Amino acid sequence: MAQKTYRDAIREALREEMLRDENVLIMGEEVGVWGGTYAVTRGLYGEFGDKRILDTPIAEEAIVGTAVGAAMGGLRPVAELMTINFSLVAMDQIVNNAAKIHAMFGSQARVPLVIRTPAGWGQLAATHSQSFEAWFAHVPGLIVVMPSTPYDAKGLLKTAIRSDNPVMFIEHARLYGVKGEVPDGEYTLPFGVSDIKRPGRDVTIVSYSRMLHVALSAADELAKTGIECEVIDLRTLRPLDMAPVYDSVEKTHRVLILEEDWTTCGMGAEIAARISHDRFDLLDVPVERMGQIEVPMPYARNLEALMFPDEKSVAQKVMEMVA
Amino acid sequence: MASTSPARISIEDAAGINVTREEALDWFRKMSLIRRFEERAEEAYGQGKIGGFLHLYIGEEAVAVGAMAALQPEDDVITHYRDHGYVLARGVEPKRVMAELYGKATGLSKGKGGSMHMADVRRHLWGGYAIVGGHIPLATGLALAIQYRKLPQIVACFFGDGATNAGTFYSGLNLAAVWKLPLIAIVENNHYGMGTALERVSAVDEVYRKASSFDIPGVRIDGNDVLAVRDAVRRMADQSRNGGGPQLIEAMTYRFRGHSMGDPQRYRTKEEVEEAKSRDPIARWRSTVQENDLATEDELRKIGDEVEAEVEEAVRFAENSPAPDPGELCNDVLVSE
Ligand SMILES: Cc1ncc(C[n+]2csc(CCOP(=O)(O)OP(=O)(O)O)c2C)c(N)n1
Repeated sequence: MAQKTYRDAIREALREEMLRDENVLIMGEEVGVWGGTYAVTRGLYGEFGDKRILDTPIAEEAIVGTAVGAAMGGLRPVAELMTINFSLVAMDQIVNNAAKIHAMFGSQARVPLVIRTPAGWGQLAATHSQSFEAWFAHVPGLIVVMPSTPYDAKGLLKTAIRSDNPVMFIEHARLYGVKGEVPDGEYTLPFGVSDIKRPGRDVTIVSYSRMLHVALSAADELAKTGIECEVIDLRTLRPLDMAPVYDSVEKTHRVLILEEDWTTCGMGAEIAARISHDRFDLLDVPVERMGQIEVPMPYARNLEALMFPDEKSVAQKVMEMVA
Repeated sequence: MASTSPARISIEDAAGINVTREEALDWFRKMSLIRRFEERAEEAYGQGKIGGFLHLYIGEEAVAVGAMAALQPEDDVITHYRDHGYVLARGVEPKRVMAELYGKATGLSKGKGGSMHMADVRRHLWGGYAIVGGHIPLATGLALAIQYRKLPQIVACFFGDGATNAGTFYSGLNLAAVWKLPLIAIVENNHYGMGTALERVSAVDEVYRKASSFDIPGVRIDGNDVLAVRDAVRRMADQSRNGGGPQLIEAMTYRFRGHSMGDPQRYRTKEEVEEAKSRDPIARWRSTVQENDLATEDELRKIGDEVEAEVEEAVRFAENSPAPDPGELCNDVLVSE
């Protein structure tokens, strides 16, 4: 199978869907002439032109609102928000319009919209380094996808574009260069199916997006000491597929949740609540959560480096759990 | 009822030379300082000593320097993320700005803010903001506080042309106009928001005309002429200070560098940039100063040398300063009570 980057896999999905359906169009800041700030849409402007790749002003509220209206009107817009931080400007459109319209009008209208946006950080300080996936996963009416591999990204984005529902498709700036196997032929992946990225018997690590990779490297390290972690990738945060997590707890009786957002009211809180409600008897130790330190992101490199769990701190936590 | 009078919107030419020798040299020094400071920052970025986004102000120095010259020290200033120029023009020590870029404990914000968030509240610098347009309503609020508390100052709010299509531009300035707040909005029209030329995404690309949406005065000035900037800002600030409500100034300028480090700049030609450089605000002020016998070649060269030394000192200070203590990580989140 061909090795492709996460970035190229996403571009391939966009391009294939645009070729397949002329109602698919892309809009956002710098998506056209510049080629996308993270180079995801590079080349598409040349191929599809300015009727289908729309450069917009810096006005996220208008970008998303316009995309919602266009979706209601029969198009399938893929709106890009340059980073998830700017989704805040568009929050009203996402939460009050995109997510509600189908239900509020008794299913008379639908909003087949995809909002693509990267999360990430890198000395960008407090307002440019945020993880809001839990905010979106909180809202009924939205589908929230957060892929960790090129393969998943392509398959899930194609599904997102074909979906008649509004989808928050959250990429990760630090994964764009990551390579993985992506078959050449056509494929799609369903929402709401978690994936076991590494089988194991001792501890279940539940994660998604970039932290999944941290989980995998920690698991590799731990394997050298004889501890086998099962690593589960949620892939979609809403709908949330708990079945593989429950199956795993039957084997391991221990769960660690790794997330990049703040843990208070974060994704892990939801997962932990579900496990403790549905599989209470199976737990040997309390469900553990690791995420971002709960402060606004500092700029200084040394402080920023302390903000997230890394493979060492994860391995340490796992050892404590099996001790 | 308010009526829209097109006469309130105008394009201004630079007035004659009404500047003292002292001012002339001070402006030359400050513009040169900003230029040299940023060239050094660019170098340090290349060496990996500065991280994140670094948006250089090179080419736009006359706006910050001219505007600060017109403002009083207690006037409030609030800016977007391309912000090194404003703090240096206001007289903040370059070493504290450089230390912030280096993410050091001695930086303006203890290394927590970085390039896009330069603040020095003692000097009424209320910070740089990285969300485009996000600070415009804050300017309105600062002006409300001034009006309410019957203080003598005004607020100067700086942002780029790209921000004038954001909702906050309209909602913030509208409210300032309704309440006749002491606010001047200074738009630096460098023609691009990242790689997007203004006319591609703005129904009106003469930004000063947007003032008519709020029925406030709007002027377009040559932002590469430090004296024209000083004069226009002074006049608009006086008007605003005397109950004239908000004012909009569109300063026409150009950024010589990319949007931030690593911008491939496919959206403009080398020729366009070269042509813009022929209107370099510093070179231009240098010749004005000389033509009007305000300083000799030697004096200007000496200023250049002093600036060079000051910037080197700033770099040394930044390099030798300690990184923030890891124990600082969880401080500053809430005011302790
Ligand atoms: C709400 C929001 N959207 C997008 C961005 C990304 N972004 C940063 S600067 C910029 C261009 C701003 O252009 P302009 O306002 O003209 O200022 P200039 O950079 O030219 O000084 C963009 C799109 C952002 N920071 N905030």
